[in-house]
Amino acid sequence: MLFDIEINNQPVSAKRGETIKNVLDRIGINVPTLCYLNGFTPTGGCRMCVVEVDGATELVPSCSHPVTEWMKIRTHSPRVLKARKVLVELLLASHHDDCLYCDRNGMCGLQNLAAEMDIRERKYHGKRQHIQVDRACQSIVRDPAKCVLCGRCIRVCDEVMGVSAIDVIGRGCDSKIGTTYNKGLNINTCVKCGQCIMVCPTGALSEKSQLQSVLEALNNPEVYPVIQFSPAVPASVGEDLNIKASKDILNLLRAALKKMGFRQVFDLSMAADLTIMEEAAEFVERMKNRDKLPMLTSCCPSWVKFLETGYPDMLPKLSGCASPQQMMGRLIKNNITSAAGQKAENIFVVSVMPCTAKKYEADTDRMKDGTTRMVDAVITTRELIKLIRMLGIDFSSLEPEAGATHFGIRSSAGNLFGISGGHLEGLLRSISFLMSGQELSSLKISELRGLKGRKEARIKIGKVIFNVAAVSGLANARVLMEEIKTGRDDFSIIEVMACPNGCINGGGQKLNSDEKNIRSRMKAIYDVDEEEIIRVAHKNPAIVDLYERFLAKPGSDRSKELLYVNRTKTAAE
Amino acid sequence: MTKEKIESILAGYATNKKEGLLPILQDIQAQNGYLTEEILAEVGKYLNLPANKIYGVATFYDQFRFSPCGQFHIRICRGTSCHLFGSSTYLERLETGLKVKAGHVSRDKKVSIEITSCMGACESAPVIRVNDEYHTHVTEEGLKALIQSIKEKTK
Repeated sequence: MLFDIEINNQPVSAKRGETIKNVLDRIGINVPTLCYLNGFTPTGGCRMCVVEVDGATELVPSCSHPVTEWMKIRTHSPRVLKARKVLVELLLASHHDDCLYCDRNGMCGLQNLAAEMDIRERKYHGKRQHIQVDRACQSIVRDPAKCVLCGRCIRVCDEVMGVSAIDVIGRGCDSKIGTTYNKGLNINTCVKCGQCIMVCPTGALSEKSQLQSVLEALNNPEVYPVIQFSPAVPASVGEDLNIKASKDILNLLRAALKKMGFRQVFDLSMAADLTIMEEAAEFVERMKNRDKLPMLTSCCPSWVKFLETGYPDMLPKLSGCASPQQMMGRLIKNNITSAAGQKAENIFVVSVMPCTAKKYEADTDRMKDGTTRMVDAVITTRELIKLIRMLGIDFSSLEPEAGATHFGIRSSAGNLFGISGGHLEGLLRSISFLMSGQELSSLKISELRGLKGRKEARIKIGKVIFNVAAVSGLANARVLMEEIKTGRDDFSIIEVMACPNGCINGGGQKLNSDEKNIRSRMKAIYDVDEEEIIRVAHKNPAIVDLYERFLAKPGSDRSKELLYVNRTKTAAE
Repeated sequence: MTKEKIESILAGYATNKKEGLLPILQDIQAQNGYLTEEILAEVGKYLNLPANKIYGVATFYDQFRFSPCGQFHIRICRGTSCHLFGSSTYLERLETGLKVKAGHVSRDKKVSIEITSCMGACESAPVIRVNDEYHTHVTEEGLKALIQSIKEKTK
């Protein structure tokens, strides 16, 4: 039901059940907020969004206050502005003024608010907090002294990821966001997805940077640095550099990485093709034996960690394949570089990932050969942007460079790994070929596309119909796992990506990404699938060549040795 | 605390019912003295709650402890009435006399001091409780004697 309200002396129509903030967003009036998250239940915690309502003695938080008929609202009255300013000043009272050295410098919600409120001096002097920075985790650094207790990280961890690794500890002035017994994130249920970093308004949460080791490798003449990047990286790297996502950006990115000093550049889409080949073979084998079904995909390290912690009895259902990052790392160290006349110990493999959990994955024991890491450093998309700027790479003057080596060819199936549902889509294309000798009637599987958290499809291959599901956001995965635990058995393959919508929205992507960014990244990946000539992994000449020369066939002993994970080894923690 | 012991306490409560959390924690603490990580994990499994959430709830309340207390656990009331009767000075005396800070346990694990809110015996202020023994209307001399007796017993 529509009715009239008045905002800043202008009549506006509003619906019953809307909050004041919903109406303000619709008509384009900005009120600042630190704790509000679109799509979540508002908590009204930060009070930054307060507005003045005629007849109400107190200011009301617009994020949680419902509109009522004839309501008269003022969003930027002197009283409101003063209240907001005092709130920011109070938050700053005990804040470390180390913005210049902070990871969020220039992108910080608190810093922006201080600027917007025109705060020019420290008005209140609170006691500085000296809380130990949690650096124990391979992926995420937590600095509670910079925290404003907005609670966004907790809500994402609870509601989107279903992990609940962090919570408010203590009470009143002593409360802080923390873990059980204040232990590091490395030894708790945290899955290292980094979604908490994405919603944190301040520098309290950030990724553990590995830029220093990358720079050292680039400048060490004895080291042969190579780099590999995930398919979600070209889809999003242009946003910060003001370049439209297009096919060119892939080749521009290659050129930029070469210019930085990396001797060889690899597209992980090709390793994803390899994953498809191995997983397809694994699935056909499991179908034959009617064993360990549904097969669960194993490319997302956060998801694997989630399963290890919460559903250890499901682990046998997990695909035995390593993730594309680890497959490529091992291939580079064992085969590719020996072909280029390099010794494995001199190779320094860097991954660019839209993900913080990949840092953890590369460091776990089961992903190493003894003490040798397959991937030496993992940097996020954000760190790549920093590196590009630090090394003064100007994209406008770069000549695009096509993939030169025979490992540079990819199919668009592998490229789809960057998005929820894409892995499954690519995998089904090759499973169809492997089982029936025929391609799918339509390579595009529309049911598996789009931004839903859970997508299901029925696919007919030969005479058999397979039920498959793609889930993103671990909370959705938990629901599905509970269903399976209580007896649901109609699924054959389940793809899980921890982050909502998959890697395109990973914890290592651009900060303050909105739905528009996600959609444009999704479009970039699907566009590649439309335009690419090779759209299935089994037709990728690089893959065919790799099997001919090194691996014999999918599922062979050599494949098992190089591309599979021994999951009985425990995680390095 | 053994797993069986925790399980026997849990058996008195319904599974998956969050409202049982605080009574469960109280029961366990009454027997074990404090809460450990293993206890939180077991309770979490039983109630289907993440251990972190339980820790968050438990740290909200002053009544729960996460490390063992000393052989002589001294609770000093810092409620309004006791404050007016000088409990802040008494706390200082206790801390310097026994060489333990409030909220901590002495190195030999024999003495610990805890600040509590009102114990509900305002007419007897100031109140200090040593283990299960209440000392009411504590005076300067009385406190001195108390500190001395604890010191002797812990020698």
